[in-house]
Amino acid sequence: MFHRESGYYKTSYASDSALYPLPVAKWAVAGFAVLFFVVAPLLVSSYYLTILNLVGIAVVGALGLNILVGLTGQISIGHAAFMSVGAYTAANLATRFDLPFWITLPSGGLMAAAIGIVVGFPSVRIKGLYLAISTLAAQFIIDWFIVHTPAISGGFQASIQVPRPSIFGVVLDTQRELYLFILVTVVIAIVVALNIARSRVGRAFIAIRDQDIAAEILGINVRRYKLMAFAISSFYAGVAGVLYTYYSGVANNEFFPLVVSIDYLAMVIIGGMGSVLGAIFGATFVTLLPITIDLIMSSLGPYLIADAGSLSGIKSHMRLILFGGLIMFFLVVEPEGLNRLWLNIRSYFRVWPFSY
Amino acid sequence: MKKILTSIAVVGGLAAMTAAHAGEIVIGQMTDRTGPLANVGNPLGDGVRDYIDLVNSQGGVGGHTIRLIGIDNQYKVPPAVEGYQRLKSEGAVLVGLFGTPITQALTADLEKDKTPGTTPGFGTAAAADGAAFPYLFPAAASYWSQAGASVEYAKQQMGGLKGKKIAYLFYDNPAGREGLPVLRKLSEMEGFTLNEFPVPAPGIEMDNQARDIARRYRADFVISHLFGRAPSVQINALTRAGFPLEKVVSFVWGASEADVDAAGGNEAALGYSGLQFAGVGDDFQVRRDIRAMFKAQGREPRTSMSSTVFYNRGILIAALHVEALTHAVEINGGEADVTGTQVRDGFRKIKDFSLGGLLPPLNLAGGDHEGGGWVRVFKVTKDGFAPATDWFKGYRDVVFEMIKEESAKKN
Repeated sequence: MFHRESGYYKTSYASDSALYPLPVAKWAVAGFAVLFFVVAPLLVSSYYLTILNLVGIAVVGALGLNILVGLTGQISIGHAAFMSVGAYTAANLATRFDLPFWITLPSGGLMAAAIGIVVGFPSVRIKGLYLAISTLAAQFIIDWFIVHTPAISGGFQASIQVPRPSIFGVVLDTQRELYLFILVTVVIAIVVALNIARSRVGRAFIAIRDQDIAAEILGINVRRYKLMAFAISSFYAGVAGVLYTYYSGVANNEFFPLVVSIDYLAMVIIGGMGSVLGAIFGATFVTLLPITIDLIMSSLGPYLIADAGSLSGIKSHMRLILFGGLIMFFLVVEPEGLNRLWLNIRSYFRVWPFSY
Repeated sequence: MKKILTSIAVVGGLAAMTAAHAGEIVIGQMTDRTGPLANVGNPLGDGVRDYIDLVNSQGGVGGHTIRLIGIDNQYKVPPAVEGYQRLKSEGAVLVGLFGTPITQALTADLEKDKTPGTTPGFGTAAAADGAAFPYLFPAAASYWSQAGASVEYAKQQMGGLKGKKIAYLFYDNPAGREGLPVLRKLSEMEGFTLNEFPVPAPGIEMDNQARDIARRYRADFVISHLFGRAPSVQINALTRAGFPLEKVVSFVWGASEADVDAAGGNEAALGYSGLQFAGVGDDFQVRRDIRAMFKAQGREPRTSMSSTVFYNRGILIAALHVEALTHAVEINGGEADVTGTQVRDGFRKIKDFSLGGLLPPLNLAGGDHEGGGWVRVFKVTKDGFAPATDWFKGYRDVVFEMIKEESAKKN
């Protein structure tokens, strides 16, 4: 398009790692900021804000896992357990010491990061499927430990009621208020993730992903950076767990079973590994797809099947089939994920109407 | 992003097409048609659906039809949060919840939105305290009441508890562990020894625990609290270890037709008994009415009707909802636009409503949202389940005192 450059003209490191590669990016970001900070809370109904809230929390979690899996190439199937650590840390701090969210939110993240470093230690020696199994073990060990320690879990129910966050005396308990709370966290999470990816740390992560022995020869302290990746990734997971806790008003270990870890892994893979935008796409896709399918089928279903009783059964199963089918479809069409699909579309229009 | 927004817009348009009509009461029911609890959710959801259809075919509630919106959560929290908000945007005045984590996640919202939610057989025990949780209605025995009732049943069976040995065989998750505080307290009170046998998820291997119970510990009675595939595994494991099934009583999620079938049929599970909060079997007028309704519509009755334990619980849930709505419409002067608070007050008027014996004589008036914690023991016989007791409640005073203590912790 006319406001785009037609080739690759970067001549310095500074321009290569710039946050805004082009002036138009600045305008796009400003446009999205207005859309999400002003237009959405004013015009979108409370129900659709709920969906945006769920997407927002998933984005934070997926960004974190993307740093570990996508950037550093270390697989983890224990992401949900780190969310659980964050959730219970925040819940205990908020109920026992009456601490506000701006302390509990980072504390939940830090505690998860600390546990993440411990769980990450095997990554120094093993990789690939072996690491996957050791993080899987972490998922179960952390879960078991929380449930069986009443001092953490708050009793037999393993759930702690948490008051909704408040700022300047305003309790954030409507979907709209919670939306702004989650949105601010999401924006910080995105900015930090973008900056990690383009900084020295991010380049070290990528070097380890591509070939860890070569990275070590280049002078990168592989052990340190692998553990750092686990810590950052777990920090994000912890923050996502705290967001869940504040959003639902309760910390509960059953919010974070193994399936959730798999869901996050799916988000990162579907979105496109190693890119921030991909993680956002993936989280949005995996969260929205079942809801969209369900809404469409609920609206069209009565015209196809008269019996409402049978419909609700068929609808649920169709949703699973379509969800799985669409994921397969997108991965076959573009194995590098939704982000690559988006880049393809973008580069097509960049040189349009020419083919190169 | 653009794509997502347009898809939201498209979906929004579609959703608007099905918005509420006048003279209609909207209620929501969450039942897991898919996911780990689908085996319960399907027959239970069918029971709810069919009873509401039956009521609508007989003229509805005070002349208003009920529109039931079913939500499938797959036992996951985010879809439940989304589903609840969808129900709210459609104008639902009452939500039937499904699953303990989902109940936990929605408790604060229900209270804020003044929308009553029902949680029969799961959820927080403390929610029985209507003063602390005004918009939650367990409306059936919680795990604590089940623990009290199973000790009471053991006492009847053994003719006293002093010096006896009771084994608690439970699924090692928060729901499974929830019976523990009541059992521990009662063991101190009544002077029996309690041994705890946790079964780790997924609960398909229980021979060690069964041998321990039968041979080493030599339990006089077993109280079990298992889910999913585990109850049937337990029946077989205890039989292999030589423990008589007559001395076992299960909590409400461990004794259905499916569990007995999976254990090898009625012969294999003979004598195994379980607590129930709704009547079991086919011999109820309401089930005959539902069959007649299907026949009048020229359809076959659903196959899920043969799963009487869960199907009848669906009927119980729907019947309580309809009864509460009936009272709410009365409170509202016969109009359909009832509010959540009126429905709550409708629930609080439910008393001596038994639906031909399918429901216990529960009483939701007077601050006890559990209605008394009634259960009935049904035993496996050669051709199905037979009642072994009448409706009863065990150690209600002890349990309710603990409920009060627990609900006082709520902030």
